[in-house]
Amino acid sequence: MYNQTDIIKDTTNLGPEGELVVNMGPQHPATHGVLHLVVTLNGETIKKIEPHLGYIHRSIEKMCESLTYRQFIYVTSRMDYLSSHINNTACALLVEKGMQIEVPERAKFVRTILNELTRIASHELWIGAMAMDLGAFTPFFYAFREREMITDIMEDTCGARLTMNYIVPGGLMYDIHPEFQTKVKAFIKQFKEKVTEYEDLVTGNIIFQSRTKGVGVLSAEDAISYGCSGPVARASGVSCDIRKIAPYDAYDRVEFDEIIETEGDSFSRYLVRVKEMNQSIRIIEQLIDNIPEGEFVGKTKNVLKLNKGEFYQRVETARGELGVYIVSEGATTPHRIKFRSPGFSNLSVLDHIAKGSKIGDLMATMGTLDLVIPDIDR
Amino acid sequence: MLSLESITKTTQDWLLAKFNPTIALAMECAIVILLAITLFAILGLVLVLLERKVAARIQIRLGPNRVGPGGIFQTAADTLKLIMKEGLTPDTADKFLFNLAPFVVMMVAMLLLAPIAFAKNFQIWDINIGVLYISSISSLSVIGILMAGWASNNKYSLLGAMRSGAQIVSYELSAGFAVLTIVVLTGSLQISEIVAAQQNGWWLFKGHIPVVIAFVLYIIAVTAETNRAPFDLAEAESELTAGFHTEYSGMKFALFFLAEYINIFIVCAIGATLFLGGWMPLHIGHWEGFNHIMDYIPSSVWFMGKTFFLIFIIMWFRWTFPRLRVDQLLNLEWKYLLPISLFNLLLVTVIAIMGWYF
Repeated sequence: MYNQTDIIKDTTNLGPEGELVVNMGPQHPATHGVLHLVVTLNGETIKKIEPHLGYIHRSIEKMCESLTYRQFIYVTSRMDYLSSHINNTACALLVEKGMQIEVPERAKFVRTILNELTRIASHELWIGAMAMDLGAFTPFFYAFREREMITDIMEDTCGARLTMNYIVPGGLMYDIHPEFQTKVKAFIKQFKEKVTEYEDLVTGNIIFQSRTKGVGVLSAEDAISYGCSGPVARASGVSCDIRKIAPYDAYDRVEFDEIIETEGDSFSRYLVRVKEMNQSIRIIEQLIDNIPEGEFVGKTKNVLKLNKGEFYQRVETARGELGVYIVSEGATTPHRIKFRSPGFSNLSVLDHIAKGSKIGDLMATMGTLDLVIPDIDR
Repeated sequence: MLSLESITKTTQDWLLAKFNPTIALAMECAIVILLAITLFAILGLVLVLLERKVAARIQIRLGPNRVGPGGIFQTAADTLKLIMKEGLTPDTADKFLFNLAPFVVMMVAMLLLAPIAFAKNFQIWDINIGVLYISSISSLSVIGILMAGWASNNKYSLLGAMRSGAQIVSYELSAGFAVLTIVVLTGSLQISEIVAAQQNGWWLFKGHIPVVIAFVLYIIAVTAETNRAPFDLAEAESELTAGFHTEYSGMKFALFFLAEYINIFIVCAIGATLFLGGWMPLHIGHWEGFNHIMDYIPSSVWFMGKTFFLIFIIMWFRWTFPRLRVDQLLNLEWKYLLPISLFNLLLVTVIAIMGWYF
């Protein structure tokens, strides 16, 4: 194993056969966070990629073990900060399952809408960041224009723009903002108009296509054996949408398509996400006018205690399958908690699919894997 | 009429009347050098601001708007900041080459100003092999970039410099052939004669198809030659952090930055001279009144207008396209642009020999 000084010592010398070892990150514009890739190059060609993790490890799992079932949800907002609603939902669902808490319909609908808004916001940020990795700056600003509307809605509803902490066991922390529905509808209208702008700017661009088509090809078999999930796996033709397989909240009441592409290259991963945004809009449209009246949070005991046993809940975040696993000893805090984060498995495939390609391809591949480093490190 | 031509003439007459010819010549040289440096600085400031404003407009935002009215002093403030910053030299760098590189790049950009005709009879050096001079001097800029990349002793810099070397050497060919098209049609390498040949219409609008092809090739090739997006592989901030100037800071970085913008200005000025008639006003056939009005606009305004139009196009590219990959970049040149430009040159030569042009 390496320690930090070894890495530095190693890379100041040329490797065998004149190979060049480059430390990409933890401070690098394309790693979007503190990911550290030790890349072995032969000229421009990549020989090996070795990800080094741990730069933003905050022992979230251990922290959660010392917090009660009401408190630990807030910590999970900081894992995959772009899907904080969805992380919160996963934990809330697990606690509800463990304690058989009845969740009001209203809460279920609002949760689903918020989860889908989060997914759109996450994909919007991704589209901008990925285009920036490929050297195009403008899509970032276009994408952020719409993302801003979502964060405004979130701010109205939850009081926060990034780490929401709005979803609690049993339902929601507060009722929705009176203008929630109007604002969401305004967003849908704006999004439908403007999404064609980035399609024009990015999808049809010949340079973008030549940079992403056939780059970083991941076969369906590899996607399964590496444990990939979410858009990465679906772009390789693996059906893995948890919203379809094991519907939670109000997903069993809406119609939407699971987007599957078969090429497995960076361009398919791009297409999957763009089409997913449209599906999310479809889900929101079905729900927004039908939010039932009533309570927004179910009846719960003051102190939550899970029964003795093991519990598992999985949800579909913007990046893939998030699993929460809790071993309970019957106390007010979890005995052991483990998160299965989608980013970790998706990162592990990077060396496999980027080996042998050029440095520029690494950026396209890494960009379309949509890595969020705090989600990988936790 | 007050024009740049009359100003230079008056100055020369005055100097010759006051001093003996040798001293007058020396003073003229000093004035020219001073003016060139001033132009350099002003162009740098204006172009950086223009780029930021164009980018802002394309990216639905405002751009610099705090320093001075509409942010016009933003680049001046930035320059002040860069001057005050420490010019760091890495310990393991080759110090002599590291410090020399920005000046080489700068010097090349400066030398290229010499044969450009800024206005009617307003040119530093109307050398009779003007176009050849430009082609040969502009290829020197790669030396500065390679020097910077090698001397920094940084892997990103080295990769960036190598990319830049491959890129500039390749795209020089297309740019050269595109320029030759005009040389063949004009029959002269001298800038003033090329401009004079466009008295009756700019080459681009005379209706010669090879010239239009050459113009497109020229714009693509010079975008690559100046390391601008979508061909900015030498810098490629998402891949190589900042490429060949990763290790540079303070004023040394500013020199690279400035040289990039001056190079853009120069290639656009040359493009405007060759294809868009340089300082020649727009004349449309026999519209005597219209032509007469156009003549009243000073020739320097025409020249700058055309140049800035081309600069705007190149900036537009940058904020619209993603970056190419290094092998795609070389494929584009060697498999597409070079054969097309060779064929185009052949075509234009046939046209010139047969006298099918006007």
